[in-house]
Amino acid sequence: MAKIVGSIVTSHVPAIGRAIAGNLQNEPYWKPFFDAFPPIHRWLDEVKPDVAVVVYNDHGLNFFLDKMPTFSVGAAPEYRNADEGWGIPTLPPFTGDTELSWHLINQLVNKEFDLTTCQEMLVDHAFTLPLKLLWPQEGACPIKVVPVCINTVQFPIPSASRCYKLGEAIGEAIAAWDSDARVVVIGTGGLSHQLDGERAGFINKPFDLQFMQSLVDNPKWATQYTVEQLVEHTGSQGIELLMWLAARATIKGDVRALQNTYHLPISNTAAGVMLLEPLA
Amino acid sequence: MAEQQRVSIPGTTLFDDIQAQKGYALNKMCFSFNDKANRDAFKADEAAYCARFGLTAPQLAAVQSRNVLQLIAAGGNVYYLAKFAGIFGLDVQDIGAQQTGMSKDEFKQKLLNAGQ
Repeated sequence: MAKIVGSIVTSHVPAIGRAIAGNLQNEPYWKPFFDAFPPIHRWLDEVKPDVAVVVYNDHGLNFFLDKMPTFSVGAAPEYRNADEGWGIPTLPPFTGDTELSWHLINQLVNKEFDLTTCQEMLVDHAFTLPLKLLWPQEGACPIKVVPVCINTVQFPIPSASRCYKLGEAIGEAIAAWDSDARVVVIGTGGLSHQLDGERAGFINKPFDLQFMQSLVDNPKWATQYTVEQLVEHTGSQGIELLMWLAARATIKGDVRALQNTYHLPISNTAAGVMLLEPLA
Repeated sequence: MAEQQRVSIPGTTLFDDIQAQKGYALNKMCFSFNDKANRDAFKADEAAYCARFGLTAPQLAAVQSRNVLQLIAAGGNVYYLAKFAGIFGLDVQDIGAQQTGMSKDEFKQKLLNAGQ
């Protein structure tokens, strides 16, 4: 059976794409963030995952308001990045793992997660930048991928509790996959930030730190909040912590944090990176 | 209509069913700016491009003003508006500064202060 080797959660701020393209990783503004990754690269070299399930949110590249699925799962042999309108370089296509995609889809729908399935799907910065951070080498990402997209554009946004359950169901589905594949689950977004309104620039460091700690100590902690309460605590786009929550929930039982970085600001955002490894 | 409690967070417009309906035409135009050809068409003839999407009068005025708070009030969603801002080379810190009435440097300082 397949095995989840760990979960990596990271911010996906578009400015990271500019920093990578401009080779700014060692600039004082960027270094504290990029320094989180070499230890994770060493870990990836050691555990050698075959496939990444990437839980992320689309920002108006693949989905528009004409059709806005709450949860969608990619089932494509290849996923392309494309122009998002504000000029970060487009990354090479990613190779899908259609066997795992359809396994997840079958298992999740069977568990009453009524998904949208996508045999064609453009992937935006929220998907591409974390993979580039994790596999920074030239050219295409070396492992296969399965995108899982959560709507955070338009209310109603699924609750923290529901996203946690989605993560648990993904974890159970991977554990039931008849394969010897090693799977890493990536959650992207956050942490606290708000781009819109008079409250733009809102950041909540104490809440972010408590949330990060909770992923280790008490992973359901954030499920006590409604989506609106999470927006109040973390900003309109801080709600992206839902992706972290779903990714964490794929691991049954306790974890240890092998990497834990919190740094702000990156652009308008408090950035976080964690590598969580199952204890069991 | 079902009872629904609207939540109020100061300085924040939740992009809910009301905003999603009100802003549809504006957001659809902004979504089109994923394509360079469409950004170029907008720049070449702004009025004609807006006309293709049937913007409402407040949306047209907001587009003309380049004012983000006005664009949000007209139903704009920030993810699509970011593509509109990209046409003018504005990033999220430019629009943050504009919405909070600060200079960009002041806005950046505000973000730095949040880390203290």
